[in-house]
Amino acid sequence: MSAVADHSFPPAAVDPVEAACFHCGLPLARTSYRVEIGGVARDTCCRGCQAVAQTIVDNGLESYYRHRAAPAGRPAPEPDLPDRLKLYDLPEVQHSFVRAAAPHEREAALLLDGIVCAACVWLIEQRIAALEGVRAVDINYATRRARVRWDERRTRLSAILHAVAALGYGAQPYDVARSDSARRAERRTLLWRLFVAGFGMMQVMMYAVPAYIADGDMTADVEQLMRLASLLLTAPVMLWSALPFYAGAWRDLKAARVGMDVPITLGILAASLVSIHATFTAGGETYFDSVAMFVFLLLGARYLELTARTRAAESQERLARLVPAVAERLDRHPAPTGCEQVPVALLRPGDHVVLRPGAIVPADGTVVEGESAADESQLTGEARPVAKRPGDALVGGAANLHGPLTMRVERVGEETVLSGIVRLVDRAQTEKPAIALLADAAARWFVAALLVLAAATGMAWYAIDPARAPWIVVALLVVTCPCALSLATPTALAAATDALQRCGVLVTRGHALETLANATHFVFDKTGTLTRGGMALIGVMPLSAEGRERCLELAAGLESCSEHPIGRAIVAAAAESAARTASGLRAVTGRGVEGRIEGRRLRIGTPAFVAGLNGAPLPQELLFASDEVTAVALGDESGFIALFTLGDALRGEARAAVQELQGLGKTTCVLSGDRRASVEHVARELGIRIARGAAAPHEKLEFVRALQRRGGVVAMIGDGVNDAPVLAQAQVSIALGSGTRLAQVSADMVLMSGRLDALLAAVRIAREARRVIRQNLAWATAYNAIAVPLAVLGHVTPLVAAIGMSVSSLTVVANALRLARLAPAARPDRHAAAGGIAWSGRG
Amino acid sequence: MVRPRLRRSVEILYLLVPLSVVLVFIIGAVFWWALRSGQFEDLEGPRHRILMDDDQAPGAD
Repeated sequence: MSAVADHSFPPAAVDPVEAACFHCGLPLARTSYRVEIGGVARDTCCRGCQAVAQTIVDNGLESYYRHRAAPAGRPAPEPDLPDRLKLYDLPEVQHSFVRAAAPHEREAALLLDGIVCAACVWLIEQRIAALEGVRAVDINYATRRARVRWDERRTRLSAILHAVAALGYGAQPYDVARSDSARRAERRTLLWRLFVAGFGMMQVMMYAVPAYIADGDMTADVEQLMRLASLLLTAPVMLWSALPFYAGAWRDLKAARVGMDVPITLGILAASLVSIHATFTAGGETYFDSVAMFVFLLLGARYLELTARTRAAESQERLARLVPAVAERLDRHPAPTGCEQVPVALLRPGDHVVLRPGAIVPADGTVVEGESAADESQLTGEARPVAKRPGDALVGGAANLHGPLTMRVERVGEETVLSGIVRLVDRAQTEKPAIALLADAAARWFVAALLVLAAATGMAWYAIDPARAPWIVVALLVVTCPCALSLATPTALAAATDALQRCGVLVTRGHALETLANATHFVFDKTGTLTRGGMALIGVMPLSAEGRERCLELAAGLESCSEHPIGRAIVAAAAESAARTASGLRAVTGRGVEGRIEGRRLRIGTPAFVAGLNGAPLPQELLFASDEVTAVALGDESGFIALFTLGDALRGEARAAVQELQGLGKTTCVLSGDRRASVEHVARELGIRIARGAAAPHEKLEFVRALQRRGGVVAMIGDGVNDAPVLAQAQVSIALGSGTRLAQVSADMVLMSGRLDALLAAVRIAREARRVIRQNLAWATAYNAIAVPLAVLGHVTPLVAAIGMSVSSLTVVANALRLARLAPAARPDRHAAAGGIAWSGRG
Repeated sequence: MVRPRLRRSVEILYLLVPLSVVLVFIIGAVFWWALRSGQFEDLEGPRHRILMDDDQAPGAD
């Protein structure tokens, strides 16, 4: 379709000889559909474009074509659209996105599809506003969202949606409750607090700087004026911006413990009270500037931390949002008389559902009819589409890409893979890893010690110099805040978990990251882990003059209808080269297939079966085929054409993965219940030195235990279903999840793409996370070791203390946020699409 | 001690400092109102919208 991309839309003034659709800009086919626009007959490419253009003209909105900056999208033909839209008139469907604005007035939030320029917004606004009964319409060009308000006595929502659809755009209900969650409100409030603190800080600095510079040259009353102004501007910061710290401290005190908010609160309150006292008695120093800056910078650190946490939670929420709200159910299978729109919650196992191209799979199930490809990237992180044919499993949340499919629903609701994933992630997030617990405990002790130290210092300085004592205590409380200590680990873990999830690695246990970073031994299962775990074409050996490609094409043609694993493996291998069409196919169970291609009679199957057609002796090459593989012959009436060898092939990325792990100094092993010879063969192929074949389950356990006794930290990589005991014995277990079995997986981490590359990414991120946590803790410790003595000895003013402490917190959080960048950039297009099509295609 | 020459220029501070405090609060309030009333919600649309006439005769180009 590159021709379309290069094609620039002809402006309306150009003669319409140009062979492109006037509406959508796609090249015109031979038959064209004419519409009279602004007195000139224009050609459109299809009935859909014609209908849309005609609607625009009929409503007097031709100037759309003058103002638009890009051609419109091509409207998809949807014959049963009016029926589907009727569904949105039901109160049950409406309750999530429609609210009553006034008596008899309702307001809906819609997400518009297909807007390419500002003229589209104009067009839709004009059209909707002209509808009978519509009170107000407001479209936000930046977010593609529309708010429509209508009188429910005079029109219906489906009429509005239909009007939008008639213009060639899609309008889907936009669920406000789901998207504008409480988290967004939290973030907004925090931003406001940050803004107030920042604004107050800047202004208070303006008063403070002259006082520093004048150095006593100001008259007392000007100084007093400055103090009062500072107090006024600091008041909102003290009373409102700093509220989260007071609340946190109060929570801590009620629970009879001391957290990091306690010294912060003490510092803010002490500094404020002493400054206020100094203001009204007109004696001593004031430090309003320090208070404002302290609060501002601390809120900045909190904001960054919230960003990291939100991002992790959002990627999880995105998963939960994947499932559409409505599905198209066939009323009777296999003799359907029609299909109806039903809410996904009403689907039951055994129902048959039609998936149009672009639709999201509503539940787990199996393909019954049709051929297509599915995009499972949101679930597995695997960007390539997965081919789907009858018999293949579909996972709820995947997107159907090309052709229509009929699926049989097998699992719904809580039993689906998607719910399983969400549950696993939830569990991981409620578990704190050991290092985080340790840091928490350390921070608590640190705070307790700090409070004692502050009291002691205060008393000592009171004896030496009573005027300085309060400021030294304040400086000490402020400078030694344990935030860096408390924030270091959780922020790093949240950022790393988020990065992992974007690589398609699901962390299901809190400790997994930490342990993976420390792992010394990587033990792989063989079947399904290092190998693909199914039949795959390993080699093609042409026996006649025909080339390798040609042999594959013939074989794929014969096997095109085969359900046998061998046949499907051959078809899969030949997917790139076009299969030849075969006729008169006849399958002989257990032996092979016979058929005609281009007039030749061909057989594929066991060598003996093929020899039955041509009477030729079995080819010598069969002797060289090892026990590991299955040999399949292809032949015609005059002799053998080719031999195919099939077997459990190594994963393409396995070698690179093993090599990189070894490069990192890790020991790799293969541990399998398979025959010794084949395990050793795989190990040799991959360069793995330690291989253990023919291991019974208890022997596998013993193998792992032996490694652990020697001090090894074992990471076990398996398929997660058959080898659960060994996975449990290893310190960290990693399962290669693929498709439907994800839900049963019992492992600390799941590689959802089912590819070993993700393991490398996980190891890399885990190591990086460990490094960042160590850096953060080292930095926090070093900072405190220097700052505390200085503050105790009275060398730190509150301002310097505020800067020092805040910078240390910010450094820690910013350092942790670097982890989020390790993941490949998210694909925003798919993200947006998922949000849109989550509501059953075009509404 | 304040030098005599400085003293006169300092007097203006009695006006400027309270004024700055008032200004800060006004600016804060205006910003708060702007955010609340959605002035920053759509930064793209209005500048296109102003160019589109609703009552132009068809085929005027």
